[in-house]
Amino acid sequence: MSTTLGRIELPDPVLTASGCAAAGRELAPFLDLTAIGAVVTKSIMLNARSGRPTPRMAETPSGMLNSIGLQGPGVEEFVAKDLRWLREHGIRTVVSIAGGSVAEYQKLAQRLRHEPGISAIEVNISCPNVESRGQVFACDPFSAGSVVQVVRRHSAPDMPVLAKLSPDVTDIVAIAKSVLEAGADGLSLINTLLGMVIDPDTMRPMLGGMTGGLSGPAIRPVAVRAVWQVHAAYPRVPILGMGGIRTGQDAFEFLLAGASAVSVGTAVFNDPSAPARISAELGEILTARGINRLSDAVGLGHTMQARHVAAQEARRAAQEEKS
Amino acid sequence: MSVQVNAEVVNLRRTGAYHHLTLLAPGIPEPTRPGHFVAVAVGGEGSGMMLRRAFSIHRVTPGGPNGGTVEVVFATHGKGTRWLADRRRGDKLDVIGPLGRPFTLPKEPVSCVLVAGGYGAAPLFMLSEQLRARGCRVDMVLGAATEDRLFGVLEAKRSSASVTVTTDDGSTGIRGRVTDPLPEIIRTAGADVVYACGPMAMLAAVAGVAAQSGAHSQCAVEESMACGIGVCMTCVLPVRGRDGVTRMVRSCTDGPVFRGSEVRWADVGTVPPDTLGAPVAGGH
Repeated sequence: MSTTLGRIELPDPVLTASGCAAAGRELAPFLDLTAIGAVVTKSIMLNARSGRPTPRMAETPSGMLNSIGLQGPGVEEFVAKDLRWLREHGIRTVVSIAGGSVAEYQKLAQRLRHEPGISAIEVNISCPNVESRGQVFACDPFSAGSVVQVVRRHSAPDMPVLAKLSPDVTDIVAIAKSVLEAGADGLSLINTLLGMVIDPDTMRPMLGGMTGGLSGPAIRPVAVRAVWQVHAAYPRVPILGMGGIRTGQDAFEFLLAGASAVSVGTAVFNDPSAPARISAELGEILTARGINRLSDAVGLGHTMQARHVAAQEARRAAQEEKS
Repeated sequence: MSVQVNAEVVNLRRTGAYHHLTLLAPGIPEPTRPGHFVAVAVGGEGSGMMLRRAFSIHRVTPGGPNGGTVEVVFATHGKGTRWLADRRRGDKLDVIGPLGRPFTLPKEPVSCVLVAGGYGAAPLFMLSEQLRARGCRVDMVLGAATEDRLFGVLEAKRSSASVTVTTDDGSTGIRGRVTDPLPEIIRTAGADVVYACGPMAMLAAVAGVAAQSGAHSQCAVEESMACGIGVCMTCVLPVRGRDGVTRMVRSCTDGPVFRGSEVRWADVGTVPPDTLGAPVAGGH
C-alpha cells in the first residue's frame, strides 16, 4: 500500500509521530520498523536539553496533556547514535527539528545536510521564538515562513521539507500559504493543542510546565478539519495527517480529508504495535471500498461532498420545475 | 526482551486494601527478574483512557500448558485501576512486559535488608527468594499508613531472618516510619545492601539511612508513566551518572531500580540547574 508525499516515496502510508516514538529504537520489540512508512523522530535541537520538571503528563478524556519541553541529547549525539542506528537498520527516517531562533533552525539544517539516511525533514515550528518575546513561530505567518525558508535554503535541494503546523491559530490556511511560499514541500497537520489541567486536590495546574499539548482521539475532529481546509485551499500540496489516529478507519478519514499519509502518535503509548495494525486495517477498508490505489482516496471526501451538493441542487431544481 | 501479549485474567482477589491479579501472560514470566514491571492497557478496546498503568511484578510462574502466569498487586487510585479491579476471570488484558531494569543481585552471599512501603512490598518476595538462593541473609521492614495497607507480612515472616512492621497510626507493629527502626536493623544484620520499593519520600529517606549506615541501596521508584516503554519521556527524574553529570532519565527504561546514591532525591519533581541541558524556556 504505497504512497507518495511529494517527492518522498513510501511503501506504507503509516508513520510514527514526532515525540511519540523517541528515536525509534524503543519501538523495535513491538513493531517491524522497516515495514512502516517511516519513523518520525522526536524533535532534535542544536544542544542537549533537559526538558521540563515533572509532572509532565495528565490523562484527559480520550487523550493526554503533555509538557516534556523537548528533552533531547542535541543534534551531535542524535546523529552519532540515534540516526546511525536507524540507518544501520534500514529504517526510513523523517528527522523532526526544533529551535528557539531562526538561526538555530539554520544550523540544524546545515548540520543534517550531509547526513545520509534522512528521508525528509519535518520542521516543528510550535516553539517559542526567544527573539520575539516567546511568540510561537507557528502562530505567526511571517515567523513560520522565516523558519521554513532557512531550513529549505540550507538543506540539500532534493531533501523534502515538511512544515508542521499548529492548530492554535485563527486561520491555518494563512500559515500554510506562508510556509509554502517559503519553500515547504509539504505540510504535517497537526501539532498538539495548547491546554491545561488543574488538579482539584492541590487546586493548581497539574503539569510542572503548567500548560501542555493536548493529543489523542479527543483532538481528531480538529485535525481532520485542518487537513480538510488546507487541502481545499492547496489540493496539490502533500499532507501528512495526524491527530488522534487510533484505527484504520481514523486513518481513512484523514485520507478522505486530503492527507496522503498519516502519523500515529498518542495511540502508540496505548499500543506500541498500533502503526502496523492501523496500516492493515486501512488496507482492508480500501479493499472493501474497491479503492485500488491509495492516491484515489486522497481528498476523496471533497469530491464526494461536491457530488452530494450537486445532487441536492439537481433535486431541488427538478422539484422547482415540477411545481 | 519485552513482549506485548493478550493476557487472560486467571484470578483477581482482594488482599487488605489491595487487589492481587494473576494473569496468564505467555512469554513474560521467563525473562522476568525481580524489579521488572508490566504495563497494562485499561478500559478495554477503544477505551478513552489512553495511558497504560505500570505495576511491578510480584511473582511469575513460568511454563504450564497454556504459558506461565504473572502476578501484580495494585491499589485503586483512579478510574483506570478501578476498571482493572472490576475484571473477572477469563477477561482479556493487553499487557507489555517484562519492562525496566531489575534489581542487581550481589555476587557474594552478603546480608541484605529489604524495605517496602505499602504494596511496594510486592516485588520484594521474588527478590528475597533469589537472594536467599545465593546464600544471602534477608531481613525485611514493611511499613504502611495503616494495618490494611501492609502487604505480604505473613509471607515475609516465612522467608526472612527477621521482619519488622511499622504503621503510621500504630495499628500494628511499631508506630512510625520504616526508617525509624532501619539503622538498628542494618547494624544488627551487618547489612551491606538495602533494597527498597515504595513512595518517593520513603525511598529518599531509606537511601539516606543506608548511606549513613555505610550500606549500598537500590531503590525501585514509582513514577507515573504513560507508556512504560521509553517513548513518552514523562517518567523522568534527576539522576547523577558515574561521570558526575546529572541527567533527566526515564524511570521506565533506565529504572525503575536506581542506586540510592545516584538519584537526587531532594530535587525529584524539579530540573536542577546543573542538569545537562537545563533549563530553557518553552516548547512542547
